[in-house]
Amino acid sequence: MLPAEHAAPSYLTDGNTLRSWLVTHDHKRIAILYAVSITFFFFLGGIAAALIRLELATPAGDVMSADTYNKTFTFHGVVMVWFFLIPSIPTTLGNFLLPLMIGARDVAFPRLNLFSWYLYMAGGIFTVACLLLGGVDTGWTFYTPFSTMFSNSNVMLTVVGVFIVGFSSILTGLNFIVTIHTMRTTGMTWFRLPLFVWSMYGVSLVMLLATPVLAMTLALIAAERLLGVGIFDPALGGDPLLFQHFFWFYSHPAVYIMVLPAMGVVSELITAGVRRRIFGYRFMVYSIIGIAVIGFLVWGHHMFVAGQSMYASIVFSILSFIIAVPSAIKVFNWTATLYKGDIAFGAPMIYALGFVGLFMLGGLTGLFLAATALDVNLTDTYFVVAHFHYIMVGGSVMAYLGGIHFWWPKITGRMFSEAWARFAAILMFLGFNLTFFPQFLAGAEGMPRRYHQYPAEYGLLNVLSSAGAVLLAASYLLPIGYFLWSLRFGERAGNDPWGAEGLEWTTSSPPPTHNFEEPPVVTEGPYAYTHP
Amino acid sequence: MTFLPEASGFAPRIDGLFYAMLGLSALVVVAVFTTMLVFAIRFRRGRNVDRSGESHRDLGIELTWTLIPFALFVGIFVWSIRLWIDMRTPPGDATTIHVVGKQWMWEFEHPDGQREIDTLHLATGQPVRLVMISQDVIHDVSIPAFRVKQDVLPGRYTQMWFTPTRPGTYDLFCAEYCGTDHSRMGGVAVVQTPPEHARWLASHAGGSLAEQGRALFTRYGCAGCHDAGSSVHAPRLDGLYGSTVPLADGRQVLADERYLHDAITLPGSEVAAGYAPVMPSYKDRIDEADILALVAYLKVRGTDRETPHASR
Repeated sequence: MLPAEHAAPSYLTDGNTLRSWLVTHDHKRIAILYAVSITFFFFLGGIAAALIRLELATPAGDVMSADTYNKTFTFHGVVMVWFFLIPSIPTTLGNFLLPLMIGARDVAFPRLNLFSWYLYMAGGIFTVACLLLGGVDTGWTFYTPFSTMFSNSNVMLTVVGVFIVGFSSILTGLNFIVTIHTMRTTGMTWFRLPLFVWSMYGVSLVMLLATPVLAMTLALIAAERLLGVGIFDPALGGDPLLFQHFFWFYSHPAVYIMVLPAMGVVSELITAGVRRRIFGYRFMVYSIIGIAVIGFLVWGHHMFVAGQSMYASIVFSILSFIIAVPSAIKVFNWTATLYKGDIAFGAPMIYALGFVGLFMLGGLTGLFLAATALDVNLTDTYFVVAHFHYIMVGGSVMAYLGGIHFWWPKITGRMFSEAWARFAAILMFLGFNLTFFPQFLAGAEGMPRRYHQYPAEYGLLNVLSSAGAVLLAASYLLPIGYFLWSLRFGERAGNDPWGAEGLEWTTSSPPPTHNFEEPPVVTEGPYAYTHP
Repeated sequence: MTFLPEASGFAPRIDGLFYAMLGLSALVVVAVFTTMLVFAIRFRRGRNVDRSGESHRDLGIELTWTLIPFALFVGIFVWSIRLWIDMRTPPGDATTIHVVGKQWMWEFEHPDGQREIDTLHLATGQPVRLVMISQDVIHDVSIPAFRVKQDVLPGRYTQMWFTPTRPGTYDLFCAEYCGTDHSRMGGVAVVQTPPEHARWLASHAGGSLAEQGRALFTRYGCAGCHDAGSSVHAPRLDGLYGSTVPLADGRQVLADERYLHDAITLPGSEVAAGYAPVMPSYKDRIDEADILALVAYLKVRGTDRETPHASR
């Protein structure tokens, strides 16, 4: 380390006790707390996924009992959605980068930020307790009246866990919105914000407005299950479709909670890899906001065969097509950004391009599901499973890992092995496609989801999928290895190892506790790359 | 679809839309990937190539790739919706088969009283309307070879229709997760030629559903209050189906299958005007299969179709 940097110790060395981490108000340390926690849950959910693929490798239900299988896919869904995907990018990269990118010292409410992490952990404890006590078998969707009146598993523990973690989302969203509104540095106008910041703004709006509906819905499940209040069970005078409306009113926007941050990350990765301004900056901003807003109006496309009225389905269908427009705009703009670029294919860029490809496939197959007449045949099959994994795993997880690679030198001050990282990125892309592409075919042939055993004609496609899962698992374990290696043996990173633009690259790596020696002043828009 | 047959009138139309969208998607994917590849090679770092200049036609380009996808989407939407409306509108000559789902089995009831479990016999060329209800949680009848699927709800009838076109035996799945044996809840749809089907129906004939309902009407004691000679002041049920019933709270409601079902399970919810809400709920005393028979009976009671063997 250069002697001059000793004047302001990095956030990593500013206190070395466990206590200094657990009571920290530093957004960067909180980001690390989250990163460690969500990585734990990612592998927990990943083990469940591995067990699912193991069971489905053969058509017979021969690895575990039907109940165990049902609990396994439920656990996989609950953990991956609420304890990994939704918090993933906002709480780690978002927490770490948002203040740095807008030239602030911290988020607006640092203590609330720490409290959000404790809420996350409290929710996590309930979920792990549920697993240890025997699990839950409702599916992550908690459909009533199964979840309220029929399931004999630990529904309440899970519901309480998700209820609590929801408040972590709400408070993070609130924190980010206030931060972006009030803490931008001199000259950082709204249309000079990096797209990652815009995506954090969009996602925060959705978290703040949609998550309370989830909390309310879960509270109603508790009321029906514990007190027998008839809300969703028709035997008590309730309506099971009411639950689905409430649930998807949150859970469809939740998909955009998962994918908007990924779009933000990828915009940063591509511009840095191409050393060029993003093409159509304003359209990228408008499409983020458009997706966030229209995302609230399409929930009914989950219910085309659920018993919803034909006319409601028609309206939800056209709205679902409309929300695909801003997503298409983003794909075209990323592609156009490559034009006349100075393109290097480092690991972050490979992840970013992988994201664009997989997101596009996920989006296009989403159009099949938005078309009511096709959805009838495809919904509740593996086609849907493949579709949302392309968006959430192919899309969000690729972007998350790409972002972790890109900002790793900034976060840790160390470089990782570029060769291993490229290998892992390519392996992930291939493994992902081998795992999930066959599921499109199985679904188009009618294979229902959430099946412990299935007819033998779907056997080959499932073998391919399970084989892909092995590659995918390896590609997720590899980064753990070379990242840990880099912490000790990695080359030290300079302030800006990629030659990237953005305020976060103007401070030291890792940054000092207060981020900047002097508050930076912004005089131009983002991605102001100049060609050599 | 490589091994999934097209066995209903909808199947070729749905596959037509499917393949059209597949073609369109493939076109988009190839176009975008090719463009990315060309840019990636042409403008890779270290290659000496003209990188100068900013585009000044951004707005036009943005509008182009906003409006063209939008127009395409509207086109697909219209195509899909026309098909969708057909799929949701059963023709008048459709045979009604009642379906009861329960953890973890299917019960099918043909109009002439034939009942079967987990197997559904159908005839080619005969439109069929399935009227479905669940006894417990949400289930879903899915017959991939027909490209149809519909959730089956507790406490409420849902319906779907199709016309089988190809003889054969096809998978019938429960497609909505319903607990432990969800993956075993299913069976087959057996599509026969009309003569075969007629023979099958004849060899499995029982009393018609409405006749079964008439017997149940007596057995459950409904007649004690609702028959003409009763001393209890209860609504007369002759010719009730399809009429408009004024309710005690001032609303008017159409006496359809839903109304008759709810009047048995939740009699307090829609009390007919002029009557005291004295009827007890039969929710836990009659299962959905018997309610179907009762409703079938009420639909013909007091009409000229009430006479036995004329109920179809």
